[in-house]
Amino acid sequence: MSTELLMPQPWVVQKTERENEDVVTLTLAPESSDHGFSFLPGQFNMLYAFGVGESAISISGDATTNGSMVHTIRDVGAVTHALSAAHVGDVIGIRGPYGSEWPIASHTGRDILVVAGGIGLAPLRPVVYHIIENRHKYKDVAVLYGSREPKDLLFRAELESWKDHNIQVEATVDNATPGWTRHIGVVTTLIRRAKVEPRGAAAFVCGPEIMMRFTASELTGRGMNPDDVFISMERNMKCAVGLCGRCQLGPEFICKDGPVFPWPRMSPVMTIREL
Amino acid sequence: MKDIGHIISEHAFFSDLPERYCKLIGGCGKAEVFEPGQFLFKTGNKATQFFLVRHGQVALELHAPGKDVFRFQTIGHGGIVGWSWLFPPFTYMFDARAIEQTRVVTFDGLCLRGKCEEDHELGYRVIKRFANVMSRRLVETRLQLIDVYGRE
Repeated sequence: MSTELLMPQPWVVQKTERENEDVVTLTLAPESSDHGFSFLPGQFNMLYAFGVGESAISISGDATTNGSMVHTIRDVGAVTHALSAAHVGDVIGIRGPYGSEWPIASHTGRDILVVAGGIGLAPLRPVVYHIIENRHKYKDVAVLYGSREPKDLLFRAELESWKDHNIQVEATVDNATPGWTRHIGVVTTLIRRAKVEPRGAAAFVCGPEIMMRFTASELTGRGMNPDDVFISMERNMKCAVGLCGRCQLGPEFICKDGPVFPWPRMSPVMTIREL
Repeated sequence: MKDIGHIISEHAFFSDLPERYCKLIGGCGKAEVFEPGQFLFKTGNKATQFFLVRHGQVALELHAPGKDVFRFQTIGHGGIVGWSWLFPPFTYMFDARAIEQTRVVTFDGLCLRGKCEEDHELGYRVIKRFANVMSRRLVETRLQLIDVYGRE
């Protein structure tokens, strides 16, 4: 195995955008122009906050944009806290990209449902970018997004702009605050409001595991082929190349075999309490 | 113009219901439009109706003196609003308010209850459909309560 796979490269923070109270989006560029970089929607990088540690963060930018890398980070621990606090000009170590991609390119000619919960919209944003850039290749498309409260919604202005590309965009919150006039309820309730009929469509789902489980159940219950439901899993990752076993779930290494899986490969292990 | 029996026969809530029952239930329904802000019913009102949302959106709300109205759920196209007409004390527990122009079929619960009492086969089919709606709402409410996004 090449040691390059485990060697972080220095990237410089070009821009920081605060999405909500605890989520920040960083745009980074390589410190040296020597190393090119490409990724597929759904893949992740290991981000290294020097002196603190590493964390697996999905890529939330456009896969066709060269020269920069976009990561949306939720501040939940020491490493993500350090990454979230980065300023323009700071250097962050990046190694990757790792993992499987959303199979969006192989689902042309189909209706597409993108179902996201909370920070789960970040790894799905490259899917939406791909659809927008290839809009004529897909039939009806709906983005269904659930969040705890209105203030937690990510990419708010951008969500609205996706409607300009003939994409149905629906957002819902569990707890409404004054001024919120859109949907209230869990994200699964949006499925029956989508203009995309689940039967015959493909779905790309990311969010908390409980949310993904109920979403897959709702979709398949409405006639979607289970093989057409794809989810993105999250586990603590260390090496990111399937060596250390930290992210093993049943027979799968989430870092190497995933994070994107067809639902039938994950559904048997997701209902086992001990896992 | 479609009659109510025809409208409900095309609706998922009444799917697979024999035509004779659609006609029977349709006899208790009428088409209505609620403007944004208009109440379908209010807390404490005698529960005599339920609503099938054809277009638009209805919010369920709770209120308390001196506090903001607590809007806890919205029901859109294809949804059912109101089941208090089915069970004693036949009183609405929440406010239901249109938050955009909303077209519904309003059903007279007393009329339908009477028909269900006369024909228990119809009653079973109606109750089974409402039980399904209630079961779904219960699951959805549980998911809302556990703060699933806070556990990411």
